[in-house]
Amino acid sequence: MTHTAIIIGGGLHGLSTALHLARLSGWRVTVLERRHVGRHSSGINAGGVRRLGRDMAEVGLSMVAAEIWASLPALVGDDGGFRPSGQMKLAESDADMAALERRHDAMRAAGWTHEELIDATEARRLLPAMAPHIRGAMVVRDDGAANPMRTVMAFRRAVLAAGAEIIEGVSVHGIAPGLLVETDHGPMRADRVANCAGAWATGLAAGLGEHIPTTAKASMMMVTERLPPFCQPTVGSQSRALSFKQTEEGTVVIGGGHQGSNDLATETANVDFANLAHAARIAADIFPVVRNARIVRSWTGIEARTPDQIPVLGESRVLPGLFHSFGYSGHGFQLSPAAGAAMAELMARGATNLPIGAFSPARFAA
Amino acid sequence: MRVDVLVLGAGPAGMSAALEARAQGLSVLLLDENAAPGGQVYRGARADARGPGADQARAGAKLAAALAGSGAERRFGATLWAIEPGPVAFFSEEGGARRVAAGQIILAPGTTERALPLPGWTLPGVMGVGAAQILMKSAGLLPSGAVWLAGQGPLLWLYAAQALAKGGRIAGIVDMSGPRTAALWHLPAALAAPGYLARGMAWMGAVRRQVPVHRSRDLRAEGDGQLERVVIDGTPHPADTLLLHDGVVPNTQVTRAIQGCAHRFRAGAWEPVVDEWGHTSTAGILVAGDGGGVFGAAAAALSGRIAALAVAHALGCFGVEQRDALAGPLLLRRGRQRAPRRFLDALFPPLPPPADPVMLCRCEEVSAGRVREAVALGCLGTNQLKAFTRAGMGACQGRVCGPLLHSAVAAARGVDGAMVEPLRTRFPTKPLTLGELAALA
Repeated sequence: MTHTAIIIGGGLHGLSTALHLARLSGWRVTVLERRHVGRHSSGINAGGVRRLGRDMAEVGLSMVAAEIWASLPALVGDDGGFRPSGQMKLAESDADMAALERRHDAMRAAGWTHEELIDATEARRLLPAMAPHIRGAMVVRDDGAANPMRTVMAFRRAVLAAGAEIIEGVSVHGIAPGLLVETDHGPMRADRVANCAGAWATGLAAGLGEHIPTTAKASMMMVTERLPPFCQPTVGSQSRALSFKQTEEGTVVIGGGHQGSNDLATETANVDFANLAHAARIAADIFPVVRNARIVRSWTGIEARTPDQIPVLGESRVLPGLFHSFGYSGHGFQLSPAAGAAMAELMARGATNLPIGAFSPARFAA
Repeated sequence: MRVDVLVLGAGPAGMSAALEARAQGLSVLLLDENAAPGGQVYRGARADARGPGADQARAGAKLAAALAGSGAERRFGATLWAIEPGPVAFFSEEGGARRVAAGQIILAPGTTERALPLPGWTLPGVMGVGAAQILMKSAGLLPSGAVWLAGQGPLLWLYAAQALAKGGRIAGIVDMSGPRTAALWHLPAALAAPGYLARGMAWMGAVRRQVPVHRSRDLRAEGDGQLERVVIDGTPHPADTLLLHDGVVPNTQVTRAIQGCAHRFRAGAWEPVVDEWGHTSTAGILVAGDGGGVFGAAAAALSGRIAALAVAHALGCFGVEQRDALAGPLLLRRGRQRAPRRFLDALFPPLPPPADPVMLCRCEEVSAGRVREAVALGCLGTNQLKAFTRAGMGACQGRVCGPLLHSAVAAARGVDGAMVEPLRTRFPTKPLTLGELAALA
């Protein structure tokens, strides 16, 4: 017997959910995407594949995702540009170093050993170009980075190869009781529906009377001209907002969650240079060699942030058969291969062994 | 910093806009990245100019002199790199970044030269006619040795006439334009602008009397690390310099980076959608001159004044009636100046994309063949092409390759250019150092 599923949203979480579900026998899956796949944060995020520094509630799913990333070609036929070049979080002061030590102790107490605390000498061996004030760092040596658009395209091809359908240019304005999905091309019905609509997912839930609070965010990024290789890992700071990565081409991508402006109604986001200047300042403080590098582009994309900054993943409280997966709050890229697997199991069987308990939409029940 | 009107670009449109805005009592900041006013057409313009293009030079010198005494704040060597809603603009000068809030912004960015990719066009010794004209106007430099010109369009013939008049020598011209018949439909309308076509015909005639002209599209540049010869229809000719030209297109680097600012495809190029006043679809942002559609210097100067009157009205200087009374004669004169454009557009449609081995994106080394491969794999537009090939992502920020990639994708898909989205640009639209930006924090 064949079951049907509609996935709302052609971002990476929607595509991953569609892929895992389409590979189970007996499921006919349709992805509805308003613009084109990877239009917002999925296609333009910084590409960090990071377990380092995760919220304790996310560590388990992030560990599963890391294993999938390490053999991504087995899942989607392409590595998405993933390179295990490491992720580092630098201590810029003694207070930073103390905070990293506390984190290190907490992780060991919880049984996790992937985060490694290193001193200034080892940090300098890994990052010869860093400024003299760095005291040490936390590092996950086999974390890394991938190419977001290449990853999206690989998932897109895999979804189509698995027999699912992707319809671009169709927007969903509501979900009605009876799992009726209302689109601008008429209503569609399915046995299961996934709400993977990113920053617009809260609005869809609200239409059903389900309150899941998220706000829209538009993290900004910029990229420099090509520079000679000087930095392998992706670098952050313990106390300041920075994400810093040199790509294989030599360009340097700088972000860290500095916010631009966004408008959900028009689906647009704008860079705010007075704000982006903070990322430039932090990057130049930590890597003086980039001070004279020329910035050639900046951009921002829209995504959803929950009050507790961990995602919403689980069945709707008001409409059985509807499942939510959104609100990844700026760090959903790495989780996507595993989160999609969890969604597919929930949708097909109603249960999963993957560690997603903390993400239940029920935590927002008034 | 706060001004009533920010004007970008000190060419005919920008200078005229700044002057008219000052005349209406508005405070004006005029930015231009060059060291002196003039833009491209009026670059290095002198009141005592002689020879081909001298009437334009005299008009430019007069405008620059009026501007100097107008009370408009003029900043040269100042590069605008971002516009945010407000409108607010960011620019750099002398290594420092600045922020300015404006009542409204008039962009007069002019045109960019469409690159002409043919085999060997990336060799040292090959450059654009526009770049050669900048060297001639700003530094009096003419290329030496065996100089060849190739391509099509009025600027090619004007440059040849100007270079010859200054004592330069040209070994030959390769005229790559197509058959003329289709353009004849637009000739009667073009004749409404007296003098315009006659001047062009006179330049062309003068050049043809002195320089051999080959009509061919089978042209390649060859040499070992440096241009040594041009090969026309299989016959080699020694060459030290090859100057290429395939017309100019509106410079839309800034307007394309503004979210939601609408553009349209016309005469083989993208241009911002503007109304008769120059308003774009983004509130507070106007475009004047050739940046909003190429019609030449005289029309550009009128567009600058018309835009300034619209801004003066919007900022409360006067009502609709006075705006219309002041602008009416200018609109009529501009209409006449624009008349020849459809004839010229029909005469010189962009040349077709080159064969597979020819490079389209020099920064990322992407050939025409790789663009065609990407289209065969399902790539529908220039923005997706970035994900497939990195084309358009290099240091030129798409300035050189953008139109080439666009026409190559459209041709490979077999659709009209209007069906293929233009390469999206991103602020900063001019490179700015990390240190300059950090200083704003």
